[in-house]
Amino acid sequence: MDFTLSEEQQLFRDALAKFVQNEYAFEARRKIVASAQGWSGEVWARLAAMGALAVPFAEADGGLGGSGVDLMVVMQELGRGIAVEPYLATVVLGGGAVAAAGSPAQRQALLPGLIAGERQLALAYAEPGARHDLHDVQASARREGAGYVLSGRKATVLNGATADTLVVSARTAGARRDAQGVTLFLVARGAQGVSLSDYRTIDGLRAADLVLDGVRLGADAVLGPVDGGLAPLERAVDLGAAALCAEAVGVIEQLNALTLDYLRTRRQFGQPIGRFQALQHRAVDMLVHAEQVKSIVCLAASAAQSADERERRRAVSAAKSLVGRSGRAVAKEATQLHGGMGVTLELPAAHYAKRLTMIDFWLGDSDWHTERFAAASA
Amino acid sequence: MDLHYTPEEQAFRAEVREFVRARLPRDISAKVLGHRRLAKDDYVRWQKILHERGWIAAGWPVEHGGTGWSAVQQHIFDEECAAAGAPRLIPFGLNMVAPVIMQFGSEQQKRRYLPRILSSEDWWCQGYSEPGSGSDLASLKTRAVRQGDHYVVNGQKTWTTLAQYADMIFCLVRTDSSVKPQEGISFLLIDMHAPGVTVRPLYLYDEEHEVNEVFFDDVKVPLENLVGSEGKGWTYAKYLLGHERTGITGVGASKRELALLKEIAAQQAKDGRPLAADPVFRQRLAQVEIDLLALEMTLLRVLSSRTKPGPEASILKIKGTEVQQALTELMMDALGPLALPFSRTAIEEGGSAAPLAPDYAAPLAARYFNWRKTSIYGGSNEIQRNIIAQQVLGL
Ligand SMILES: Cc1cc2nc3c(=O)[nH]c(=O)nc-3n(C[C@H](O)[C@H](O)[C@H](O)COP(=O)(O)OP(=O)(O)OC[C@H]3O[C@@H](n4cnc5c(N)ncnc54)[C@H](O)[C@@H]3O)c2cc1C
Repeated sequence: MDFTLSEEQQLFRDALAKFVQNEYAFEARRKIVASAQGWSGEVWARLAAMGALAVPFAEADGGLGGSGVDLMVVMQELGRGIAVEPYLATVVLGGGAVAAAGSPAQRQALLPGLIAGERQLALAYAEPGARHDLHDVQASARREGAGYVLSGRKATVLNGATADTLVVSARTAGARRDAQGVTLFLVARGAQGVSLSDYRTIDGLRAADLVLDGVRLGADAVLGPVDGGLAPLERAVDLGAAALCAEAVGVIEQLNALTLDYLRTRRQFGQPIGRFQALQHRAVDMLVHAEQVKSIVCLAASAAQSADERERRRAVSAAKSLVGRSGRAVAKEATQLHGGMGVTLELPAAHYAKRLTMIDFWLGDSDWHTERFAAASA
Repeated sequence: MDLHYTPEEQAFRAEVREFVRARLPRDISAKVLGHRRLAKDDYVRWQKILHERGWIAAGWPVEHGGTGWSAVQQHIFDEECAAAGAPRLIPFGLNMVAPVIMQFGSEQQKRRYLPRILSSEDWWCQGYSEPGSGSDLASLKTRAVRQGDHYVVNGQKTWTTLAQYADMIFCLVRTDSSVKPQEGISFLLIDMHAPGVTVRPLYLYDEEHEVNEVFFDDVKVPLENLVGSEGKGWTYAKYLLGHERTGITGVGASKRELALLKEIAAQQAKDGRPLAADPVFRQRLAQVEIDLLALEMTLLRVLSSRTKPGPEASILKIKGTEVQQALTELMMDALGPLALPFSRTAIEEGGSAAPLAPDYAAPLAARYFNWRKTSIYGGSNEIQRNIIAQQVLGL
């Protein structure tokens, strides 16, 4: 067994780390978050130039053929800077669905542009009232001639408003919560009948609610098997969840470092507050969380693309469950140990703590993944 | 032992309930129950309604315009107001500086300030904490130097809650640097409109302008604004802190929040059925409800004993804030992904943060983050544990 990164992976990590540290400092990020678009096109172009957008895609699609571990390396470094660029939405979720289910023509049409940084994607699967269930789909796709007509609603679509193409799940057969009968479609953002309302999320990102009202699509818009879209959707979301867990590692490590620094420098009662044993033990617990999370994320990264469905589900859900619980715990402690400074937006700590807490609300929360883990382990 | 309210107490509850039902403005209770941000006027309007009825100062003695209610009556009053969605009473004048003025202030100070507190004419804020002095409050540096018939104050306070609305601030200031830190502190009342006072906003976690930095630059304060004697400020401040800690328990508000949480859990779905029926969520909710029930009994047990709460008040502060935080967390969790959308406008003016999310969802994640403050302010929960360890356990 070997937990070390290859030399190539280390070099890539170091280059990204340097980029994030130098060009994604607190003030720079603050400006990006406050901008109209909510993320930086310049940063995106740099990520493309570094090859980061190519990581998970097959060489035949113009990608680097990277593994789940390669993806983990990228996400950890982005997490360290709590970067808000739509890497998860475009590369991992949208790109992942296209890579998992797309025909050669669809992959050719979408992935090279994505990899070059010219095309944005989003995965629109969540519906109001469905919570985290991928199979709870009410949006409908009715056959009409050779094509389909889509109607329905999708909530909290990450990067929805800046995506050029949306991957949308809709029901082609069966009842609301049936596993069979879900189909994925490629929908252009500008298509007639598509309306998107964009908003901020509390962790500094942008999402959109999507209403589809009689959107007409050709047969070439179907992504993957008709009625059998749940499997590729689940694969893409699992890869997304594993990536999100890797991001959490970066967030936790950075937040722990910030907190430790605060314990060393903030003085009360004539000494650094880090001298108080009550706080030392809490800082130790934060470190234990970080180590446990790092380990489970290695497991999830290794199994995220596994052909063994059960192995994949167990590893990804184990990671997301633990990240949810540990992430919240670390965020709470970091806030508390910063005292009043922890609850203001003046210091980076609060921004990290917000993102870390809310990671539990994307792509399945801790309760949901704990249950899924139990089901997969039975 | 009899854990029932007496018939008199029950009659009192009915009277309060009827009054609140009839007089609490609906637009204000809608904001409170919807977790929207309140404006200054919302607080003041409700306080004036209570003042008119003679119920604004539940804890004050009758001679100063208080109700003379027993501790249990005060609790019933608090519970009824909270349940109906009344705003909290801003404590800085009513519950913090007023008891100090009554106990240690001059006749002139009592005559001048107490009626203006009762009528909400003056909005007070609390000037204790400084950038370098939070938990270690006694190290504070803001200086007041005597010059003829006034003090000249220089320095900075921080975390000053709602100072942007305030007419007056009560401050701990250093009047003597040559003695032990605790002995050189005095309690000073300062006009926020005086030349040399500047207020700068600080934004909390949820982008709310709730606290401020307050700067004093050669501010002239008349000598008559000193409370009690010079160098005794620390004693007065400690007298006040006990009041602050029982107030922070928030049992009435937590009971209301629990009821709101149950409504949300009934409306949200999980696995195709109401979240309220989900075994995992039910357990988590029930555990908080049990904690709250025990807390309520603990509070009543403390309140019905005749002696004034001592260091036990710290137990109420710790558990009270833990229950409040657990409730904000469950409420956010109940929403699932609908907790994510954020809109300041929705929180301030109403409406939803996302078209497909219900209005009630908009403020809940922000509130969870904002409520992290409760284990930090009023003496952090670590400091409360230190107090209990030393003064109750004798460690
Ligand atoms: C929202 C909000 C509103 C507030 N409103 C007011 C107000 O109106 N007026 C006012 O005067 N103040 C106000 N405060 C200030 C509040 O009282 C202080 O934040 C609090 O006393 C903690 O001080 P600090 O923030 O400097 O943290 P620090 O004292 O620096 O503490 C940092 C961390 O160290 C811990 N710590 C410190 N000493 C010890 C020790 N000996 N043992 C173990 N742990 C320790 C603390 O518990 C905390 O976790 C407010 C604060 C907040 C957050």
